[in-house]
Amino acid sequence: MKKKIGTSVFLCIMLLVLYLPIVILAVYSFTDATNIGAIRGFSMHNYVTLFTTPELLEMIGGTLILALGSAVLATFLGTIGAIGSFYSKKKVNAAISTINQIPVINADVVTGFSICILLVVVLGVSKDTFVPLVIGHVTLCAPFVYLSVMPKIRQMDSSLYEAALDLGATPFGALTQVVIPQIVPGIISGFGLAVTLSLDDYFITTYTKPATFNTISTYVVNATKGSQTTIKTALWALSTIIFAVVILFVAIVNFRTVKKEEAQDV
Amino acid sequence: MKFSRKTLGIPYSVFLILFVVLPLVVLFFYAFTNGQGQFTFANLTGFFTDPNAIGTLIYSFAIAAVTTIVCLLLAYPTAYLLAMSSLKSKSVIVMIFVMPMWINFSLRITAMKEILTFLEGNLSMYPFLNSVIGMTYDFLPFMILPIYTTISRLDGALREAAMDLGADERSTFLTVTLPLSVPGIISGVSMVFLPAMTNYVVLDMMNNSTYIMGSLIGSYFAAYNWHAGSMIALILLGLICLFTLLSGSGEEDNQRGGALL
Amino acid sequence: MENTNIIELKHVTRSFEDGFNAVTDFNLEVKRGEFVTFLGPSGCGKTTTLRMIAGFDLPTSGEILLNGRSITDLPPYRRPINTVFQRYALFPHMNIYDNIAYGLKQKKTPKDLIEKKVKKVLSLVDLEGFERRNVSTLSGGQQQRIAIARALVNEPEILLLDEPLGALDLKMRQEMQYELKDMHDKLGITFIYVTHDQEEALTMSDKIVVMNEGRVQQIGTPEDIYNEPINAFVADFIGESNIFNGIMTGKCKVRFGGGEFDCVDDVAEGTHITAVVRPEDIEITAPEKGIVQGTVTNVIFKGIHYEITVTAGKNEYEIQSTKNAAVGNRVGLFVEPDGIHIMIAEDHTNVFYADINKDFRLEYNGHKIETSVTKIITGSRRLEDGSLVDAQGDVIDLNRTRIRVEIQPEDIEMTDEQDTGLVQGNISNLIYQGDHYSYVIQTDLEQDFVVYDEDLWNMGDRVSLIMPLDKMKFIYNRKK
Repeated sequence: MKKKIGTSVFLCIMLLVLYLPIVILAVYSFTDATNIGAIRGFSMHNYVTLFTTPELLEMIGGTLILALGSAVLATFLGTIGAIGSFYSKKKVNAAISTINQIPVINADVVTGFSICILLVVVLGVSKDTFVPLVIGHVTLCAPFVYLSVMPKIRQMDSSLYEAALDLGATPFGALTQVVIPQIVPGIISGFGLAVTLSLDDYFITTYTKPATFNTISTYVVNATKGSQTTIKTALWALSTIIFAVVILFVAIVNFRTVKKEEAQDV
Repeated sequence: MKFSRKTLGIPYSVFLILFVVLPLVVLFFYAFTNGQGQFTFANLTGFFTDPNAIGTLIYSFAIAAVTTIVCLLLAYPTAYLLAMSSLKSKSVIVMIFVMPMWINFSLRITAMKEILTFLEGNLSMYPFLNSVIGMTYDFLPFMILPIYTTISRLDGALREAAMDLGADERSTFLTVTLPLSVPGIISGVSMVFLPAMTNYVVLDMMNNSTYIMGSLIGSYFAAYNWHAGSMIALILLGLICLFTLLSGSGEEDNQRGGALL
Repeated sequence: MENTNIIELKHVTRSFEDGFNAVTDFNLEVKRGEFVTFLGPSGCGKTTTLRMIAGFDLPTSGEILLNGRSITDLPPYRRPINTVFQRYALFPHMNIYDNIAYGLKQKKTPKDLIEKKVKKVLSLVDLEGFERRNVSTLSGGQQQRIAIARALVNEPEILLLDEPLGALDLKMRQEMQYELKDMHDKLGITFIYVTHDQEEALTMSDKIVVMNEGRVQQIGTPEDIYNEPINAFVADFIGESNIFNGIMTGKCKVRFGGGEFDCVDDVAEGTHITAVVRPEDIEITAPEKGIVQGTVTNVIFKGIHYEITVTAGKNEYEIQSTKNAAVGNRVGLFVEPDGIHIMIAEDHTNVFYADINKDFRLEYNGHKIETSVTKIITGSRRLEDGSLVDAQGDVIDLNRTRIRVEIQPEDIEMTDEQDTGLVQGNISNLIYQGDHYSYVIQTDLEQDFVVYDEDLWNMGDRVSLIMPLDKMKFIYNRKK
């Protein structure tokens, strides 16, 4: 019994460590305060600023569009890459999988810097075309899609594809009607992963973005260096909103898994 | 050409060669050339003869090592207790521990920065400590998850077997659970140590103006010094390869991904 | 007198937080050197009992005595008892030598002695020279032997074996059965063995403990348990059996399965009984010479005998005979009086079997029973392709699966309106039992139901039986 209480206490303290800063920031986002510690009255002005400052809205919108766009591209590339690689000769498969591992293990600073050198310095592509930025993000995300699709292909009954061919499907038909539906869970989680990685990225963005474009990460890093308190506290509101969205998302996912289990009964 | 499943691998292979392999080749080329395009070792020798650069390397190691150890000391008991507990909705609780990863890291660091500013009054007092705190806060979930996964996948019968053969709880932990959770520790360490050497944004945000390896690349980037920057990137790449080989986790699966989803 | 019991379990009960009783009032005495087997279907509590003896689980109440001293609360590492785990639980990060030496090292045994003992035990399990091998390089059978060696090297007073042969293939399993028996005879250590395999239990044990739903059903030698099963469950679980609910109709006369038989048990007339008939005790005769008439519905050739199914009304008889029979033939069935084992029904629970139809609903006598099949078969679920699989993922063949339905006599309601009930029949027996009448209804499906009712009905009355859904208990037993 004593042990159980000790466990709970320790885990609670760890949760507190993980969440306290975010929660405190969330509380202060509803006040006039410009610093933690100063006690001021309730105010929604941070949220008003957040939703009325064009610069902030552009930055948030840009981040989301970039994340979704590069995630779609990365998901497409990573998925067909995994399928193609899996059915290729062993050596080809091993080669693709090894190269695929490089961006995963590599530090983002190195990935971003090397892409910047190739595209911007050597090939002279202008950063303002957004091409280096999108390529950078797809390079970051696609390998993770590849990694989350691959196990699903491996788990799939290999005779399914042959069965479809046997029943008269064309290779392309067998792929779209039989193979792809089997690996959808892997594709979806790969896509989710790609979105998260792109949203959270700082380094690749910094090295490849147009000067006037900002994502949440690059914007926040610059804003905290400045002394503009209205923007700084508006970002507290942004943090609180993202926190709320994440909680909501986790709650929905949990709720749905519980539902799904119940629905399995006859 | 007739369609076959293998054909699908071509676009992605081309993509990987163009944007993963080629940039590294260019990086290599730039690292060993100077502004005039002539082959040179100057960038390499320059780094290793510059006391400031060596100092940066050592400082990076120090900050990464301390961050990794702190993360490990906090994460291991957390992961162990979570894996061992008989809590009803364990998957939900684990998810709660991992959830901060989905909040943009810059916002999380901002939150920590505000708290530290409030506590210390002025961030310039303890730059090293603050950087470690920031990084630990950022990377902790990445350490908890792989260790948790490894321990919770351990066959419970192994611990029972140890106790059955006369080992008490402490001895069971030391001779069975701990050695068998080493793979989780290794992947956790590799997910914390390497980013901690390079993630200079955390230092920036914590107003720590000392350089780590990543900051060097940032500063050469800002100064358009591609050749010296490439050499730093290459040195980092070498360290990463070395570390990966040492930990034997080259084949290690989707750890960073697994941690995020 | 000296107490020769090495281990005793007294009123041991293990209940879980959700109120589920894994083991209820378990009592057992094991003599030194015995080979005892806990036998029962999965989930019957046999493994939980074993785990309590090993110390991995603590009883909620009751006592476990080792050599007369209580070890109930002792942690596993303080008990002179060792376990061979179901999937061996060999330490993957140690080689064979370190695995086997583990227990001795914990006891701080001198190094040279450890080496000697490991060597000796390896030769006992026929794996000399395997010291430096890695666990993962061993076959299942070899891992099994190492697991046994790792336990035996500690010279335990009792060796616990938790379905140790479950993961091996048939041939390996039979071989290991003999080897284990051999080892037991040679070493003189007490073995407590857990299995769901009746053949394994009958082959190896000195004493079998048959368990079901957390309770001991019967304790006895293999012969006792096979020849004199104490109740329907034991009879059904050990060997093949035909089991019927019936009623005594006179001196050594009993009615079940659609006929009236002579038997050797003298039980008071009107007593509700369970009759067990072994398939090899049923004789197929010409229709007029049999006690029961039926039709041959299935014949399978089994090598040394035929397995013949005869259907008489709703009753099915499984028969083993060396003589063939043709499907569709009308035959008679005869059983010698000593082939009928009568057990006084401890309760009058009505038991019948329902089929599962294509829509995954239960069906009996052409009526649907609205309940969830996946709730009855624990762990089962429906796959997207519409098939039903059990907790292990094996497909459940609906044509071959029946669900046992139990309902208490007081929960059935009799009515004149023939269409309203699940099944119809005539009252064939009634006894007044103080505050209610106990009726036997012989249904059109040749099956008897017992019903308690406060009102008086007449012999021969035609009634329909209403069975409320919430009073029915559904049980799924995987057929061998």
